[in-house]
Amino acid sequence: MHIEELLREKKRVIVQKWFDLTIETYPEATRNFLKTPAEQSANPVAETIYSALHGLFNVIINKETTETGVGSYLDNVIRIRAIQDFTPTQAVGFIFGLKDVIREELRNNIRRHGMYEELMEVESGIDRMAAAAFDIYMQCREKIYDLRANEVRNWTYRILKHSNMLREHEGEGI
Amino acid sequence: MAKLPKPEELSKIDYKPPRTGCGWRETPVQFKEGMYCFGSRPRYLEEVGFPNPREWKPNEEDWKLPENWKDIILDGLKERLEKYRSFRLFMDICVRCGACADKCHFFIGSGDPKNMPVLRAELIRSVYRKYFTPGGKIFGQWAGARELTYDVLKEWWYYFYQCTECRRCSVFCPYGIDQAEITMIGRELLNLIGCNTDWIAGPVANCYRKGNHLGLEPHAIVSNLEYMIDDIEEITGIRVEPSFNRKGAEILFVTPSGDLFGDPGTYTCMGYLMLLHEIGLDYTWSTYASEGGNFGFFTSMEMAKRLNYKIYAEAKRLGVKWILGGECGHMWRVVHQFMDTWNGPADFLEEPVSPVTGTKFENAKTTKMVHIAEFTADLIKNGKLKLDPSRNDHLKVTFHDSCNTSRGMGILEEPRYIIKHVCNNFYDMSKNASREKTFCCGSGSGLNAGENMELRMRGGFPRANAVKEVKEQYGVNMLANICAIDRAVLPTLMDYWVPGVNVCGTHELVANALVMKGEKKRTMDMRLETLPGMEDSEEEE
Repeated sequence: MHIEELLREKKRVIVQKWFDLTIETYPEATRNFLKTPAEQSANPVAETIYSALHGLFNVIINKETTETGVGSYLDNVIRIRAIQDFTPTQAVGFIFGLKDVIREELRNNIRRHGMYEELMEVESGIDRMAAAAFDIYMQCREKIYDLRANEVRNWTYRILKHSNMLREHEGEGI
Repeated sequence: MAKLPKPEELSKIDYKPPRTGCGWRETPVQFKEGMYCFGSRPRYLEEVGFPNPREWKPNEEDWKLPENWKDIILDGLKERLEKYRSFRLFMDICVRCGACADKCHFFIGSGDPKNMPVLRAELIRSVYRKYFTPGGKIFGQWAGARELTYDVLKEWWYYFYQCTECRRCSVFCPYGIDQAEITMIGRELLNLIGCNTDWIAGPVANCYRKGNHLGLEPHAIVSNLEYMIDDIEEITGIRVEPSFNRKGAEILFVTPSGDLFGDPGTYTCMGYLMLLHEIGLDYTWSTYASEGGNFGFFTSMEMAKRLNYKIYAEAKRLGVKWILGGECGHMWRVVHQFMDTWNGPADFLEEPVSPVTGTKFENAKTTKMVHIAEFTADLIKNGKLKLDPSRNDHLKVTFHDSCNTSRGMGILEEPRYIIKHVCNNFYDMSKNASREKTFCCGSGSGLNAGENMELRMRGGFPRANAVKEVKEQYGVNMLANICAIDRAVLPTLMDYWVPGVNVCGTHELVANALVMKGEKKRTMDMRLETLPGMEDSEEEE
């Protein structure tokens, strides 16, 4: 028996617990709302987080290595948390919650089958995910500053263009 | 909706009064960068005679308030409770059912409980109870009452400028409590002691002195429009010739100044110019009534009334018969719900009748002002426009209902009718996120500054999420709307949440499809970008 099989068996429970842990990072009065199933458009934060965690967990159990899949799931969650009331650590820290959940859920099985090496491998995958998440977090934060700068530029773009006061650099934008 | 307790939970009710000292009422607000706008500069307040002009910063401890600030606020609250029956009702009748809680785009996007409309209203309700109800006076915090302190005042400022007055919550409130009105009054009270934002106070002062938010002087307005006229000529071969401040014109055209200045608003403005030229409308622009929008509406009713006055005054001076208004959001809430009461009756104007189709706009009987979406939809319905929707075939379009035009005046069908006639690919967003349930852009009611970008991205997330759904499902790449603030802020919102979706006004799409008499072969759209399939024609020229 391999750890992936155990993870696959307990997928629903693990993803749900990981989701609950992630929701615990929000204020108490908000958690009920985030835990209530709803249409995507009515509760987009919770729905986005849930489906992204689901996707990330699949990546772990299937040992997927394609960066695009991981990146897009991570991006969906981190993009939200990067503009909410979180410090950088809190914004990406939810990923480590998966380690706690897996250890708790598989403790007996791991002990019984001596799966420590396999567990370490899974945990290394989670660590890599966390590192990638921090890159995405930084991209989102930088994007916020870009947005501010671009808005100011766009207000005056037309006037400056008509007044021949703009010089375009090929490949570099304005 | 609030969670309904199960029977076993109900049996465990604790009858002891709640602990005090750690609830939301006792938690002072933390000012977080990216979540609030800069405080207003003194000169903007001086220019319109607003109280307490001074340099101040919201994140500093001392807000430099007048000594008697508390009396001013409480007197102001008393005055408004007596003046507005609706406000008094809203203070009394909320049963905290929670139906509004998860309907606010700021709460959905931020997860901050104080963004629940019920709690945002409670910020002011708790003070109302303390000073104006016997229960609150006697039982204090057990009756949900609290003192008006410096911290409470700061909390008001922080959260009343985290509400876009979109009224989505009121659609779901069983009592019809209008949080927008509570926010308006909250902001009005704050303005009594000079607590405003620079982003709102600046446009108010500009508008008061020069007629528009951007402070464009007459020559700048004319030259901006001339730039657009040059572009129209390049695209169509036709030179449109609008008139300015022309006495005796049949119709006065008023639009938000955002359409005159920033992209993509300017493309919408080119659409107005082309359409009104093509149908030969006898109309004029005004360089004085050069703003349909009204940022005064985000400070006080009195200021909004002062800024609105110029529209009727200019219509009277020019001797027009009626007024046609461009695509804007809050402009139309003001026109539809307040203008007639504030500055009417406009008995010197006539009930609007389209000179092209003969349609009487009975809905505008009192205001004498017609929305251009209604006007254009009527032209199309009567077959007065020659349209080639295939020119918009490179676009897969969805429509964002602006809060003010949808919930504030019921314009739901007209823009969709227009878009379906000028585009072949139109896809509506989900029912929960469109029409009267539309989600706000997250930057309305004067929150479209740059320094509060995180706030805007949080508030705009539910809207962006619904756009993302139609993008993934149908490949939507254009978000149309009928609001100048939307055109200014949605490109930024899309850039963060749904890259690859552009933003346009509805009349930009009309302009692309409009077949004008004597026009040259169209190879470019309003953005001077080559139309698909016309790449060779461009090279030939």
